[in-house]
Parts: sequence; C-alpha cells; structure tokens
Amino acid sequence: MTTFLNFLIIVFIIIGIVQIVRIIEIVTKLKGPQEKITTDQDNRYNALAMLIVGLGFTAFVAYSFKLWGHLVLPDPVSVHGEGIKVLWDTTMMLILITFFITQTLLFVFTYKYRGREGNKALFQTHNNKLEILWTSVPAVVLTALILFGLSTWNKTMVPDTTNAKVMEVYAMQFNWTARYAGDDNQLGRAHYTLIGGVNTLGVDEGDSLSHDDVIVREIHLVKDQQVLMKFRSQDVIHSAYLPHFNVQMNCVPGMNTQFAFTPTKTTKEMREDPEMIERMKFINEARAKKGEEPVEFDYVLLCNKICGSAHYNMQIKVIVETQEEFDTWMAEQETFKTLVSSQ
Amino acid sequence: MSDHKEHHHEETFLTKYVFSTDHKMIAKQFLITAMVMGVIAILMSVFFRMQLAWPAEGYPILEKFLGKWAPDGVMDPNIYLALVTIHGTIMVFFVLTGGLSGTFFNLLIPLQIGARDMASGFMNMLSYWFFFISSVVMVISLFVSSGPAAAGWTIYPPLSALPQAMPGSGLGMTLWLISMTLFIVSSLLGGLNYIVTILNLRTEGMSMARMPLTMWAFLVTAVLGVLSFPVLLSASLLLVFDRSFGTAFYLSDIMIQGEMLTQTGGSPVLFQHLFWFLGHPEVYIVLLPALGITSEVVSTNSRKPIFGYRAMVGSILAIGFLSFVVWGHHMFMTGMNPFLGSVFTFTTLLIAIPSAVKVFNYLTTLWKGNIQFTPAMLFSIGLVSTFISGGLTGLILGDSALDINVHDTYFVVAHFHIVMGLSAIFGMFAGIYHWFPKMYGKMMNKNLGYVHFWITFISAYGVFYPMHFIGLAGVPRRYYSNTAFPMFDGLVEINELVTVFAITGAIAQIFFFFNFFYSIYRGKEAPLNPWRSNTLEWTTPTQERIHGNWPGKIPSVHRWAYDYSKPGADEDFISQIVPIKKGEEEH
Repeated sequence: MTTFLNFLIIVFIIIGIVQIVRIIEIVTKLKGPQEKITTDQDNRYNALAMLIVGLGFTAFVAYSFKLWGHLVLPDPVSVHGEGIKVLWDTTMMLILITFFITQTLLFVFTYKYRGREGNKALFQTHNNKLEILWTSVPAVVLTALILFGLSTWNKTMVPDTTNAKVMEVYAMQFNWTARYAGDDNQLGRAHYTLIGGVNTLGVDEGDSLSHDDVIVREIHLVKDQQVLMKFRSQDVIHSAYLPHFNVQMNCVPGMNTQFAFTPTKTTKEMREDPEMIERMKFINEARAKKGEEPVEFDYVLLCNKICGSAHYNMQIKVIVETQEEFDTWMAEQETFKTLVSSQ
Repeated sequence: MSDHKEHHHEETFLTKYVFSTDHKMIAKQFLITAMVMGVIAILMSVFFRMQLAWPAEGYPILEKFLGKWAPDGVMDPNIYLALVTIHGTIMVFFVLTGGLSGTFFNLLIPLQIGARDMASGFMNMLSYWFFFISSVVMVISLFVSSGPAAAGWTIYPPLSALPQAMPGSGLGMTLWLISMTLFIVSSLLGGLNYIVTILNLRTEGMSMARMPLTMWAFLVTAVLGVLSFPVLLSASLLLVFDRSFGTAFYLSDIMIQGEMLTQTGGSPVLFQHLFWFLGHPEVYIVLLPALGITSEVVSTNSRKPIFGYRAMVGSILAIGFLSFVVWGHHMFMTGMNPFLGSVFTFTTLLIAIPSAVKVFNYLTTLWKGNIQFTPAMLFSIGLVSTFISGGLTGLILGDSALDINVHDTYFVVAHFHIVMGLSAIFGMFAGIYHWFPKMYGKMMNKNLGYVHFWITFISAYGVFYPMHFIGLAGVPRRYYSNTAFPMFDGLVEINELVTVFAITGAIAQIFFFFNFFYSIYRGKEAPLNPWRSNTLEWTTPTQERIHGNWPGKIPSVHRWAYDYSKPGADEDFISQIVPIKKGEEEH
C-alpha cells in the first residue's frame, strides 16, 4: 500500500511538472517572441532571491554558533589542547571574517549589478595594484598562520616525555585493551605470534619487563600527569580518538605509534562543572525521549578509522582521577605474570 | 586535420550513436552514463541519511532495494558501510571525474580551440567504452552475495585486503578494483588525448594566451590525471597481489578473526601514500574543470571580461603544481614523522593563496557587470559561494595541529562535500545548462532551471552546513549509527534536519532530469549563439551535426575570449573570430 502511495506521489509530481512547463510555455508564447533569453524580470527576481538567500545564509552562520554552539565539544582538557585552542580561535576568527566579507560582497554584487536592458558592463581586464594587494595580504596572513600552526604542532607532537607514564592501547575488531607498564614504567615486548589464550595482546612472557605489566579493559589516567600512550593494532587500521583531550592517533598493524599528553581535569571535576551539568541535562532529556536511562559524564576513547561492521561501537571508557585514586585502583589489578601463571 | 571522408560516409546507427568517434557524441555518452551513475549514488545517500536520522526504524523501501541487507527495513551495518563506500566512489570517479571531465573536455576542447575533432578519435572512443565497462562492473558489484566493497572509497588495507575483515572485502572489492583499473585506463586514454589536442590542434591565431580559461583548466586537469592516475593503478595492483597472491606490500603482523597471517614487513601506510598521491590531485581533477566552466559562464553572463586573466591562469597552474605536494595532509594521524606533518601543513596552506586570488577575481568580475541570471550563471554564483565556504574550513583541516581533533569526523565530511562535491557538481550543472544548446541544438527550460537551482542550493547548504557542528561534537565519519555513545545523543534533531534537506535536495533533481530529457525532444530550437558568447563553439551551426565541427574552413582567431562590453563595439560581445579593428587595442 505504501509503495503504491509512493508511486502515486511520484506520478503526481511528474504530472505536476509537465503541467507547469506547459503553462509556462503558453504564457511565453502569449508574450510574443523574445530577443533575449533572460529578461529583466528574471534578473530582478533571481538577484533578489540571491540577496535574500545568500545574506540569509550568511546571517544564519552567525546565528548558528548560538543555536548549535552547545553541541560542540567542551574546551580541551589537556595541556597541549589549551595551546591548540588558541590556534583554533585565531584561525576561526580569520575564517569567519573572510567568510562574512567575501560572501556579503558576492551576494551584494550579484544583486546590485543585476542585468538591465540598456545597461552596459564596465570593460575592465585587470588591475595590477589590486591583484598584488590581494595576493600578498593572504600570503602574509597565511605565513603567520603557518608559523603559529607549526610551533603548536611541534609542541604537541614532540614534547619532552622524560617524566611520562608509559601505557599501551591495543586495538582489534571491535574493542580496545589497555596495558600499563607497571612500576618499571617499561612495557614488555609483544609480538602478534604470541597471541593465545589469556595473552590477548601477544605480550612476551620471556621478557622480564612484561611481568609487572597490567592488562585492563578501562583506561585510567592521572590528572596533571603526562602519559605516553603507545598504540598497536591486531588486525586492521583503527584510530584512537580521545575527543575531549584533543588526542588522536592511528593504530596500524605492524607499526608502533604514540601520543603523549597531560589531562588537566578529572572525571569528577568535569561532572561538577556547571557547563557540563547543562550539557548532560540536555543529553539526558534527549535520552528520555528515546526511553533510555540518564547517564553521567564520562570521557571516552573511540575508534575513528573505518574498521568493519561494529566500527560505530568500538569504545573504551576513560577515567581521569587523582594519583591516590589511581594508585588504589592499580593496586587491585592483576599483573601480567599472575594472569599468565593462573592459567 | 581529421579526415574529411567522414562527411561523405553514410553513418549507420552503430557508428553514429554507439561506436562513435565524434567528440560531441562521446561527450553525450559520458554525460548520460554519469547521470545514470549519479542517480544510483544519490539514492544511496538518501538511504544512509535515513539510517542516520532515524536509526533502527524499519522502512519497507529499504527492504525492497537492499533485500537481505535490510531485514524488516532495518539496514545492516555492513551495507551501511558499502553504501557510503560506493556513494563516494561513484560520485568522485564516475560523476565528477568521468562525468564532468568526460563530458565537457570532449565537447569543448575541439570546439573551443578550433579543431575538427580530438587528436585521436579512436582513442577517444576507447576512453568512453572503458569508462562504460568500468561503470557496468561497478554496478554489477552491487549485486554480489557478499555485498559490494565497503572499506570506504579510500579502500585502506588491511581492511580492504582481507575478506575476513568484512564481507565487502571479498568479491565486492575484487570487482571494485577491476572497475577502477578499467576506469584508470579510460582516464589515461582520455587525458593523453586532451593534452595532445590542446597543445597541437589549436586553430590559426589561437595562441595559448588567447585560450579561454576553460581550456587552461582542462589542460592542467588532464596533466594532473595523466601524472597521478597511474600511481593509483600501481597501488591497486599491489593490493591485488596482497589479496590474491600472498604478497605483503601492505600487510604485516596481522591476526584477524583468530587467524594468524604469515605476511610480515609490509606497511598499510605505504598504500595511503600511494593512494593520496592520486587522491589529492584527484580533488583538483574534480574541481578545476568546474572552476574553468565557471570562469567562462561568469564572464559571459556578467557581460564583462574575466578579471585578471593572467592571474587566473597563474593560479590554475599554481593549484595544479601544489596539488602534487600536499597529499600527506590526509595522513597527519597515521603516526608519520611529525616533521613530515609540518612540511605538508606548509604546502597545504599555500594553496589558499591561489584559491583566494581566484575568488577575488570572480568577485571583481561580477563588480559593475550587467549580470544575466541564466540557470548556468546561478549555479556558477553558487559555486563561488561554496568554494569560499568549503575552502575556508580547509585552513583548519590543513593545519596539522588543528586537524588532530577534527580528522575523520563529520567536519571533514562537511568540508570536502562543500568545497569539492558541491562546487564541482554546481560547475557541472552550470556546464550542462550553458552548453546544452550546443549539445542538442535545443534550449533547456529556464524556469525549471531556476526551480532546480534554488531548491538545490538551499538544500545543499542545509545538508552540509550543520555537519560542521556534528563534526565539532566529535562524531566520526562512517559510523553506522550515533546511538552507541551518550555524548552524541543530543545530535538527534540536527541529524534529522540534515536528512530532511538531503531528501529535498534529492527530489529537486527530478526537475533537472525531467528538464534535460524533455528538452532534448521538446525544447525550443536554440539560436546560433544563445548566450551571446565570444568563444569559438558558438560560431558553428548546432543543428547540422557535422563531424568536423565547421562546415567550411576553420575560422582563425584574432582576439582573446573575453571582449565583453568593450568600448567602441556595437554589441556587448565580440567573437574571437572578429579581426582587431584599426586602432583597436587587443585588451
């Protein structure tokens, strides 16, 4: 029945179009032969529409930050993220200024210089001064932006990691596992051929560095403590994405990648943040509409590289806490050595 | 020049419509094939947008189209990935490369430079038929039982290399690779032909500096294609070896679904380097022809010379050159050396300079013009708007530090759909409305064109503008549903909005398709030069479909293509074939 109705709708739309075209054709015939293909009337209406729609869109862009601003991720809660935020705001400001100026000019020009019978356009082929100006201004601005960007990038990607705590995040279809380096702060060797039984990450038992490693299904981080996350993948490319911290790195089979960062806010602090309470209220209202239980804020690490059917649900919870809380939690975990020997 | 025998040959149906070597017929063949492929891709996008807005809701229509992949009308995650993959593949390669280049390069190159046909009509015919077979293989791949390729249009291995990783990496991926190989052959046959024709077959007086900007854009595009597509071909071949013959170019240390693979020493990142060495120039292969078309349409319909012709040529060349040294910005997060990231950030942001020059030149061309709002002109203005909107967000994505948090999110989807998807498709529409009279000798209905433009323009921004916010909320692309994360639960309404606009935009295309086919048969007869344009293609009668383009001698060219509203002239345009008057300055 629905199929039939859909079919009917399409048929009616097509008939409607045909009829409209016929009417337009008859009207055009009645008006008599035309020299020009676009009339002044066409130009007037379309120019006006261009002005309204164009400027309307430009205005909406300004308004959209108010309308949808609350959907955007909160400010980054990592040390390097704060630096990126400054770069982001600067770039965004430049983009928006350029956007508003050029779009406004475009739509105002198209309206103002709409064609009119008898009008003649200005014959103007080039203007070297102007062209040099608008080549050199972007060049200067971009040079500044590039330098700013590169310095931020280097600070982010090549930080001093002498005091970092080392851990590993291991990806496979479709889940994540974390491995902590233990007291020695060194991860034991691992190889995919060693995977088997409880040793899901292929950690080398023969390597004494691996004995105090801890394998868990939850990521715990310490506030204000730099962590050096190393990534491996078992099967296909995954990408470890921690949106709240401005962290992302691909996990590539056969290759080791890493990202060092320092979280600056605990999960608890985030939950108590007034802005976050607002956000969670909004989210829980949306959940209530779907008939789902309310939730509390949590950090998350999610997969951001297409990896197969359950890509959309490949996640692991991330908890940021104080050193004491972390130590208490860590003390409860089983080391790799006991894990393997208990087998 | 091309053989005159053709004039006297009695053409059969087969040589005229099927195995034609006439560039004008080949252009139409490309266009119609691309339109069919385009409909498939649009339909797919509607399906996956429905899934994103109203997940887990059953639609009988989905079950009808997707069969076992949508039991009770609820889409399976694997087919979702297949839909986005094939949507991307078809749009990028079949519509915006094959369709856009194939149609307008073939139609316009000989006509605008004053040649009887392409340098090799036979190669040109082969180019189309490889494209056609490639399209057929791609469509066949939609019907195999394990489903079509689903690893994303970028087909990164190991996901695309291992059938164990996802069903789409079985036969579907094999067919995808075969289809793309045929496509690349087609593209190379066409590309070589375009370059040779432009360089060698220009008529008397048509110096490079007098060529319309369309020709410059097409020439640079063809060079990009010839230099970059072979790299994709080799990347695909190595992938075929990895998939079928146990080699390890891209595979190393893999255990998949409990099976330990023996390949070691390969690198998945190598594939990405090879892929994006084509993939990034490909963006400009899609975009430059659209910009070329726009330059022509904007100038003609503003009744003004294009502003800064030399700067426009310079920026096309600069963009073309830079497009080869920026591919790494797709790979900032692969773990490559941060220093390499710095280099690619530098080169990428440089592209903003020639792009800005182009935008300013378009704006100045409009300034003090006498703008004629033909449907083609509307789409060209739309292109300038989307080129600005989409280009600007490139400053964020191209800056490696900023890319970290938006890489592979919907922000990227918004960016490239606006700057390359919308701009290119608007350029293609502009081209179709503008040169339809040349192709079929008929006019398209302008009022339907207006309706088509306005709904399309508004829906296009309606679809892709909100996606920036979805991306900034941290939603990764290629997610079958956003329901697995509480943090995305607030995005339900904005996703619904996007889908409503997507469906509206898709329906609006009915106006275009109807107008197109109706006008072929019932459209008004087109005058010789409907847009009162200067370029050469409007100096030959359309109604007589002559193989050889001009009935008599090919006219010689005496001026550039942009003498619009020149003081001292009787009319507001002077065709390129009009000699320079005594005392008249050449622009």
